[in-house]
Amino acid sequence: MEKLTIDAKIENLPSATEFVTQALENSDCPMKVIMQMELVIEEIFVNVANYAYAPETGSVTICRDFEENPRTLCLTFIDGGKSHNPLEHADPDITLAAEDRDIGGLGIFLVKKNVDEISYKYEDGKNILSVKKFF
Amino acid sequence: MEITKNLDGTTLTLALSGRLDASNAQELTNELNASLEGVTDLIFDFTNLKYVASAGLRALLMAQKRMNKQGSMTIKHVDEAVMEVLEMTGFADLMNIEN
Repeated sequence: MEKLTIDAKIENLPSATEFVTQALENSDCPMKVIMQMELVIEEIFVNVANYAYAPETGSVTICRDFEENPRTLCLTFIDGGKSHNPLEHADPDITLAAEDRDIGGLGIFLVKKNVDEISYKYEDGKNILSVKKFF
Repeated sequence: MEITKNLDGTTLTLALSGRLDASNAQELTNELNASLEGVTDLIFDFTNLKYVASAGLRALLMAQKRMNKQGSMTIKHVDEAVMEVLEMTGFADLMNIEN
């Protein structure tokens, strides 16, 4: 398993993305899956960057691992910010008209739509969000 | 992301290229706030837009809400990966998309 620990700041988003997409490229992962994972990483990372430590800043650790049969990318995001379970929010109603749409929750909704498994736990003062993607 | 702007009468075309993400969605919001006064037709050209995340969707929804009050908004030439995100979030149904 590989780990990357960086400050959870928007300007570090490219580093977070690259940490995962490069490994996927080296694993002959289909381009479509790589693009879906870019979106997943952005939405999770930005959530941590914007809310976990606000108004302070802090770090986030991304753990990257692969499993075989089926080939699976396993990612875990760990931060020491405020306890927050992103999975407890109801999915946004995507059938509403523009006037009635609330933009909140779209990021985590996109994450859920683009991964095969997702789980959250709060342990030892840390938010731990894990996703799995088959490819 | 680059924004190329063309105003023809009251029709404003904004061609976006690159990635519309959390690092630059505010630029688009600022551009819209600065440019939409008096515009009746807002056209987004997404030919060269390859990626959109929720921060970008937020800016597009803001534009749609404003144009519902003062005219119309159309998104043209949407790339496959971008279209998938618009469909997944229901944006494809609430926005006028021409390919």
